Amino acid sequence: MSDRLSVRKTYKLYLGGKFPRSESGRTYLVNTAEGTPLANAALASRKDVRDAVAAARKAQAGWAGATAYLRGQIIYRIAEMLEGRRAQFIAEVRQSRGGTVKAATSEVDNAIDRLVWYAGWPDKLAQVLGGANPVAGPFFNLSTPEPVGVVAVVAPQTDPLLGLISTVIPAIVSGNAVVVLAAEDQPLPAISFGEVLATSDLPGGVVNILSGRVAELAPWLASHSDVNAVDLAGVTDAELSTDCERSAAENLKRVLRPGTEDWSASPGLDRLRSLVEIKTVWHPAGV
Amino acid sequence: MFEYAPAPESRAIVDIKPSYGLFIDGKFVDPIESGGFKSINPATEETLAEIAAGTSADVDAAVAAARRAYDKVWGPMSGSERAKYLYRIARLIAERSRELAVLESIDNGKPIKETRDVDLPLVSAHFFYHAGWADKLDHAGYGDSPRPLGVAGQVIPWNFPLLMLAWKVAPALACGNTVVLKPAETTPLTALVFAEICQQAELPPGVVNIVTGAGDTGAAVVSHPGVNKVAFTGSTAVGRNIAKAVAGTGKKLTLELGGKAANIVFADAALDQAVEGIVNGIFFNQGHVCCAGSRLLVQESIADEVLERLKRRMTTLRLGDPLDKNTDIGAINSAEQLSRIRELTAAGDAEGAQPWSPDCQIPDTGFWFAPTIFTGVQQAHRIAREEIFGPVLSILTFRTPDEAITKANNTPYGLSAGVWTEKGSRILWAAQQLKAGVVWANTFNKFDATSPFGGLKESGYGREGGRHGLEAYLDV
Repeated sequence: MSDRLSVRKTYKLYLGGKFPRSESGRTYLVNTAEGTPLANAALASRKDVRDAVAAARKAQAGWAGATAYLRGQIIYRIAEMLEGRRAQFIAEVRQSRGGTVKAATSEVDNAIDRLVWYAGWPDKLAQVLGGANPVAGPFFNLSTPEPVGVVAVVAPQTDPLLGLISTVIPAIVSGNAVVVLAAEDQPLPAISFGEVLATSDLPGGVVNILSGRVAELAPWLASHSDVNAVDLAGVTDAELSTDCERSAAENLKRVLRPGTEDWSASPGLDRLRSLVEIKTVWHPAGV
Repeated sequence: MFEYAPAPESRAIVDIKPSYGLFIDGKFVDPIESGGFKSINPATEETLAEIAAGTSADVDAAVAAARRAYDKVWGPMSGSERAKYLYRIARLIAERSRELAVLESIDNGKPIKETRDVDLPLVSAHFFYHAGWADKLDHAGYGDSPRPLGVAGQVIPWNFPLLMLAWKVAPALACGNTVVLKPAETTPLTALVFAEICQQAELPPGVVNIVTGAGDTGAAVVSHPGVNKVAFTGSTAVGRNIAKAVAGTGKKLTLELGGKAANIVFADAALDQAVEGIVNGIFFNQGHVCCAGSRLLVQESIADEVLERLKRRMTTLRLGDPLDKNTDIGAINSAEQLSRIRELTAAGDAEGAQPWSPDCQIPDTGFWFAPTIFTGVQQAHRIAREEIFGPVLSILTFRTPDEAITKANNTPYGLSAGVWTEKGSRILWAAQQLKAGVVWANTFNKFDATSPFGGLKESGYGREGGRHGLEAYLDV
């Protein structure tokens, strides 16, 4: 059996629930951390960005309109599907980032556990972030969190699976739809994660995964006027991130700036809170 | 109908000085470069006082004072001590509320019944509410011991001068920040009395600094490298520029920008109440309200009746002396604002909408604009798209609930919205569908210190007021 020729995987985009090639036809070579070729990935274009935003916009209202209970169940289902392919992801993450099996295992296990953690959030977010306001007058007054809409994410350049999950999943918890640009040099686990999403009951278009160049695509994500928030976690060039922030100001997008997060640390609520809007409803109380 | 006898509030309680300096490090000081501008009474065009124009050198001094105060006094101080200062300020405002209300009316042009019954009670309530947070921040939902940000640079508008100051200063101080605040150039006077109140409360020097001036002064505040947090309330155009200026600096930013709120009246609404809400929604504060209900969407089957009742109600509105207690509509804040309102209403006329105003006497001096409604408005008209920021209402109609929501959300803004219907399920549905940070159902233009306020989309980001408003001033 040792002389069997392996079947090499073609890595494509995950867009609107489907796996198309880049409309540009371009690909780029992805190497291991040691510099040996791994596979070709689709090199997404500006048009792919636009198609992905359109797919996300189309899916967003339905996803936000699903019950929080259902969103939680689907996120848990994603964890189940990832758990089922744990060995594959450990191998793929290790190939991408190099390092020990232990480190890759820890990243994948963290990613699965994090999905389980987030699976519990959709039906608690309104209770934790919202609330009744005791206004000085005869009114019923309630504040609730709502999704901002379409969120563009540049995934962290380290932790190819955990970084992606740590930025994408908090966005979808509240009902946003996401367009994410995978880690530029380590995009393969992200694209395989698209296969997990595709088999997890997550409606197509809620998460769209692109692979390609940050310097080429981040400006289009940041300047797209149908994007409501941009997470610049994976923009490592300070000048580029400033430019993106400046273009995001054009339609007053919410901006998450690149920070120095440790993606394996406990995530907290900051990302969940940054990607919701608080809506406050007043109604008179009386007879 | 009987005529109303004049019922003017006395202005004797207010002592306006001929000129004011800047309030930096606990003292009133002259600006480093000479220069200033006049604040005038928009109802009479009378000059009220000479106001210093702060330059970037003054802003440097103010930020330095704020930094010293943050590092040495205010930052290290316990929350319970900070709370006591804020309670003192709240009390002093309440005690001087009549004086402040009169001064606000004189400087801004808004009617005394609004400054007295709305602005001032809310201003002191904001300080009371936030005073109580100062020693309870661990319980605000941002984790244990959330940290302040440092020096807050704040720029506020002219429509609610003292209320916007309270919205900015009270949470900043409660969370342990120090502030450099720039009031609007047409309405600086109550901020300067607030500076006196800080002195009276013996607030440590440098905790609150007030630098008066125009746009350049504001730009110097928000772009100052020593400022850790920027808060701005004003136009979307300026907010966009601020967001660009702040890009790459790491400063935390919150923006409360413009709006073009839809006020939706369904056929089953209680019509008299709805008409009151429409009037309050657009004519409160001469329509100088970012969340004003400036687009009325009426269900077609009741449009004629609503219009008739609205016109009848509008004939009872009294425009005139802001200090008269019977005045409903005061003066437009400035000649510049008046010309913008005129430009946009002329555009409404030119694009084919039909204006209507009640008979109303316009005083000879000052800046005035009669309450106006436009019928036959189309969604593409400028008066349906652009913020007029004046007493001008655009009326559109709809047939189905879905159409109402589609029209309501057809705007780059997302600050507020109104819904009028007697059917609870329809209110809840509409409130869910509307893309707005605040939804008033069967009421309009209500505010409270405990209730977060702020917008979606191009109406800016962040919330002010309530537990949610604290986030803007904490390192979370």
